[in-house]
Amino acid sequence: MTRLTTKTAGGQADAEAPDPAAAPPRPPAARRRAAVKRRRNDENVRKWEIWLPLGLYLLFTLIPFYWMLLYAFRPNGTTGLAPWPLTLDHLRHVWTDIGFGTYFANSVKVGVISMFATTFVALAGGYGLARYDFRGRKTFMLAMLCTQFIPGALMLVPLFEIFKKLELVNSLWSVIVAETVFQLPLSLILISGFIRNVPMELEEAAWVDGASRLRGFLVTVLPLLRPGLIAVSSFAFIHSWNHFLFALMFLSDQEKYTVPVGLSYTIGESGSDLGSLAAGGVVAALPVIVIFALIQRYLVKGLSAGAVKG
Amino acid sequence: MATAEVSGIRRKRRRSNRGPRTPYALIAPAVLLMLGFLVYPMASIFYYSLQHYNVTKPWDNGFAGLDNFRQMFGDDLFWQSLGFSAKWVAATVGFQLLLGLGLALLVNESFVGRALSRALVFSPWAVSGVLTTSIWVLLYNPTTGFTKYLADLGLVQHGSSPLADPSAVFPAAVLTELWRGVPFFAILLLADLQSIPKDLYEASSVDGASRLRRFWHITLPHLRDAIVLSTLLRAVWEFNNVDLLYTLTNGGPANQTTTLPLYVAHKATVAHEFGYGSALTAAAFFILLFCSILYLRLSKFGGDRK
Repeated sequence: MTRLTTKTAGGQADAEAPDPAAAPPRPPAARRRAAVKRRRNDENVRKWEIWLPLGLYLLFTLIPFYWMLLYAFRPNGTTGLAPWPLTLDHLRHVWTDIGFGTYFANSVKVGVISMFATTFVALAGGYGLARYDFRGRKTFMLAMLCTQFIPGALMLVPLFEIFKKLELVNSLWSVIVAETVFQLPLSLILISGFIRNVPMELEEAAWVDGASRLRGFLVTVLPLLRPGLIAVSSFAFIHSWNHFLFALMFLSDQEKYTVPVGLSYTIGESGSDLGSLAAGGVVAALPVIVIFALIQRYLVKGLSAGAVKG
Repeated sequence: MATAEVSGIRRKRRRSNRGPRTPYALIAPAVLLMLGFLVYPMASIFYYSLQHYNVTKPWDNGFAGLDNFRQMFGDDLFWQSLGFSAKWVAATVGFQLLLGLGLALLVNESFVGRALSRALVFSPWAVSGVLTTSIWVLLYNPTTGFTKYLADLGLVQHGSSPLADPSAVFPAAVLTELWRGVPFFAILLLADLQSIPKDLYEASSVDGASRLRRFWHITLPHLRDAIVLSTLLRAVWEFNNVDLLYTLTNGGPANQTTTLPLYVAHKATVAHEFGYGSALTAAAFFILLFCSILYLRLSKFGGDRK
């Protein structure tokens, strides 16, 4: 436990203070060591040794994104390598004519509801797992690990039959429930790892002050879980925003489609209209890229706080 | 690990003065959801794998014993799809691990623009399989896509889409999956790289160890558990991955890129052979479980740490 806490602290220090000059004055020995290290780094890793492979990889990452933007904002029939003259026709066409506006609203609904459901259920369960020792705890943990081997794609038919009985087929709720359930095990494991990394003494101190178990949790643990919870709930949102197969199978009205389902039909018909395909891609990409940009700082930190070893 | 024992004892003591029902109430919602929508459907798959069940031929429905499994052993497409699944998992996970590790090491160095570079190279992580497909369909488009420019340079043939060419479809699909999959490894391994105590490197560099030796003797052993776990999770994930191949190649050309899950989905939804599809699912589940346990054993996961 001690090892894990120091580990997090190290990770944060590394991420937030890359410039040793900005750090508060340190004892001479430490400063000398840092200087030695810096000099060695300069000797060992030359700039081009980083930038050459990184630059190549950046090209591999960014050219596809650029290619999508290019087609999305370039008028049909032109073949320039810059989206000029810029047109918003494709975007307007997919949003209103093809129905991506509706798909977008559906996806937001599915994503937001399953995100909150996953996070709350996983938070309760994760706390139970992290702070109590109860009969069946080991079995429960094992069962959750085993669920990772269940091929979601292969559960389509039995799930379909269940939702038919519940009369939820062709309702967004079938997708919401399915996404929540498939997100749960991993979120639970992650969150219970985060909670275990918060020292028990903090909560105990709150109880000594007369706080109830719930209040103690809300006041001491919850604030410290913030990076972890942000990571887990955005995983959940991104996952259900992106997930395709359940929505494809459970929803039959075009009015109910989510963005990936709409996009998959656009791929099927894209032979002639690549502009629409690209514009649909932009609609699908925008929310996740924005969320990713906001949370990517927490991503590595949240994981180093105990996801892998937790 | 002494602290762990102490906290274990403490936890037990704590339980005794609290009602034993609290933890069950806390995990109840998760358990109920998983029972209803994971365990029950899974159980029904095992049940149906022993049944003849086809909605288009209801007169044949009934107990089948091991018929479905016997049919499976004689089914060429089953073996072909299983073989392709193995090939797909090995290629995608292998390359993702290598590139992901390299990328994590790169962005763990300190240099100007590191934060932005990290964000940019990690960004495809957030993108869906369907979106990945639509982007790469644009790139692979034979007349206006990126392949046209490669053809202009004489690297590939004009007018052919890699997705329609039986000899090019596999590398093309793997490349597409790498674009989206490498950041997963890079993110997980970077998280672990940051947890390596800096003094280890300082000590060894004072001792004059070369960079390669430091990588081999400090970095790699430290990352071992993370590598084992992330490759395992990713292998299962790639095995079950349907989104990308379903939209990119739909198993074609000529069933060349049909993975086992794609084959099952086809059997269950298009051919309506639900009994047989369930047998295939059960087989896939056990194959995955067996391979995972074998892998954990062979890699001595968590070995000398405990």
